Amino acid sequence: MATLASRRPIDSPRVVRPRGQVYTIPVRCKGCKFCIEFCPEDVLQESPQMNSKGYHFPMVAPGKEASCVQCGFCTLVCPEMAIFTLEVTGA
Amino acid sequence: MTVRQAHQERVRTGDHFINGDVACAEGALAAGCGLFAGYPITPSTEIAEHLARRLPEVGGTFVQMEDELGSMAAVLGASWAGARAMTATSGPGFSLMQENIGWGVLTETPCVVVDVQRPGPSTGLPTQTSQSDVMQAKWGSHGDYEPVAYAPASPQEMFDLTVLAFNTADRLRIPVFIMADEAVGHITERVRIPAAEALPSSSRPRPTDAPGNGFLPFKAGPGLVPPMAHAGEGYHIHITGLTHTERGYPTNSAEVHDRLVRRLSDKVLRRADELTLVERVWLDDAQVAVVAYGGTARSARQAVRIARERGVRAGLLRLITLWPFPGAAIAQLGLQTRLVVAESNLGQVAREAERYTAGQVYRVTHAGGHLLPPEPILEAILERA
Amino acid sequence: MSEIVTTTHPTDPLLRAERLPHIWCPGCGIGSVTACYMSALAESGLPLDQCVVVSGIGCTGRVAGYVNLDSFHTTHGRAIAFATGVKLANPRLQVTVFSGDGDLFAIGGNHFLHAVRRNTDLLVVCVNNFNYAMTGGQAGPTTPRHSFTTTTPRGATDQPFNLQHLAAALGVVYSARWTALHLRQLKTSFSQALQLHGFRFVEVLSPCPVGFGKANDLGEGIEEMEFYRAQGVVDRRISPAEALIEMSKSTPLPLGVFVDPERQGNGQAGPAKGADGVVGR
Repeated sequence: MATLASRRPIDSPRVVRPRGQVYTIPVRCKGCKFCIEFCPEDVLQESPQMNSKGYHFPMVAPGKEASCVQCGFCTLVCPEMAIFTLEVTGA
Repeated sequence: MTVRQAHQERVRTGDHFINGDVACAEGALAAGCGLFAGYPITPSTEIAEHLARRLPEVGGTFVQMEDELGSMAAVLGASWAGARAMTATSGPGFSLMQENIGWGVLTETPCVVVDVQRPGPSTGLPTQTSQSDVMQAKWGSHGDYEPVAYAPASPQEMFDLTVLAFNTADRLRIPVFIMADEAVGHITERVRIPAAEALPSSSRPRPTDAPGNGFLPFKAGPGLVPPMAHAGEGYHIHITGLTHTERGYPTNSAEVHDRLVRRLSDKVLRRADELTLVERVWLDDAQVAVVAYGGTARSARQAVRIARERGVRAGLLRLITLWPFPGAAIAQLGLQTRLVVAESNLGQVAREAERYTAGQVYRVTHAGGHLLPPEPILEAILERA
Repeated sequence: MSEIVTTTHPTDPLLRAERLPHIWCPGCGIGSVTACYMSALAESGLPLDQCVVVSGIGCTGRVAGYVNLDSFHTTHGRAIAFATGVKLANPRLQVTVFSGDGDLFAIGGNHFLHAVRRNTDLLVVCVNNFNYAMTGGQAGPTTPRHSFTTTTPRGATDQPFNLQHLAAALGVVYSARWTALHLRQLKTSFSQALQLHGFRFVEVLSPCPVGFGKANDLGEGIEEMEFYRAQGVVDRRISPAEALIEMSKSTPLPLGVFVDPERQGNGQAGPAKGADGVVGR
């Protein structure tokens, strides 16, 4: 009997896990941390750097460079239009 | 666009036997009024009633709003959608409209507000006549501004001045007031409506460049009246009641505010001579001159006529424009004659006139409730002669 | 690849990007609600040149200043009446009113009542942050009972409006409530509403840390968003009348579409008016 671990979705060979590239506009960030909190893959963290208003804008956390699955929620939830992702295709 | 077909003509050329309110409504129709938003209030309701029937006939829109606040706001909105828009009310409603009138001043929104005046303050005498909102037309909203207000003295002038009001409103991009008294609104007389092509008409300054070329909605040329783009024309205008730059965006700059408010006032004051209409009756050799306007001017005319019959050289200066105030005409008259001001309030024009005369003017006033008769005016003339 | 720093955002063309960063506080949700609306509008197929946004006074009142459309920032409480004038004078225009709880339901309440009664062809979006935030956090018509604001230092005493119940009872064609976190669902609601006619209402709860959140142990914007995630519940069986908002950590926060012409709403909602019942069509 196949164990749970070995079960695989039927279409899994065809499914390609999307990848996103994060873009930020630090000058617009007001440090609300919505993007960091609600990213499903915990891709983002507060940058140690600050913008001119003293807000720590988001950055991709070390080791998470390839974790963004292009779900687009950071783009949606950011009240300042200070972050977005674009799909990475090919490579 | 579902073009609402007009199956009646806007301009009912010919002679009519109608009251002042109905004449005002016909003036609005003749002037191309596309939307009327109003609320019932004696003594102006007939304007709304007439337009409720007639506007849809000419492809226009009538809406009765839930109050005068909504009525004035809807008129402003309609103007920015490109329509000539009007509302009509009386003192209590005029009070409720003041904040939105101020919005119309600051955003330079052409529209017409008709105030058929009744005695106040407060509910007062709803069905009777008065002229006690003169200062409200000038100072009713908050802040510095220079309104244009006309005072019709007959149903014919209710028609003519409503047409003029729409033209002035569009030409200067301002709210323009018709300050009628109930007496004028409710008397029925002959009103001659000219042929459509004989009607004076002027239009709003409009943008010359197409959208997308950095159009500045509040950049005015030497005439101080900026071109007006409407919603739906692709200019993506932003119009705010906040003090704004030429781009239309809010600013906190006191300098920009001072420049804007001065421009808005100057665009009217610089045209004072052309805007201030008066009627001069027997003034050339007059020793006593009565200054009057609206319904009271009818009694004043009679008083002056009787005085003349008794050999007294009396004359009448009838103010057709209340704001900007015809100060020059009064100043000049004050040099050669003794002045009597007759009005259905406690001296609102009298006190303004005294800003242009050496001494006090003789006042014949009444707080309103009945048309000021000729007799007290005649007495004042005879006493001053 | 780590993040790429840039200066423009895909949503910028839909906004007056030259005016960003905008006026709203850190943690406030109005910015994302505005962007969410604009992207729904952009995908709706409606010609943007014919779309108009009208706002009243208050924090949400500033939305008109940031959308790249013909937009009007009108007087306090009168946005709906102004919008009625715009719509009636040019029925081709798609007019949306974007304002706050105080503007629409306190000073502007009378216009809301009658615009729904007329079934005026408007989409009205209310960002409900439970207080008058622009003026520093006073109680408003939706302030939850016992909440602390600068004008209810001993706790709000009045019963707040349940906007979904109010809208449904008046007979709106469509009514929904989401939060500034439920942006995917909100965008769907905007898209649905933009395709309908008559009076449509969308309420969006939004954090207001400065004016309301911190004084009522909802903390910063992030905590209130967490609250929405934890408490928010979508349950078709909840009628508009039952969709009460108690910003307490022990009661569910009813969200969802409460009046929907496809489903005749849940219970009380009156039948949606036919095309002839629509003013301004």
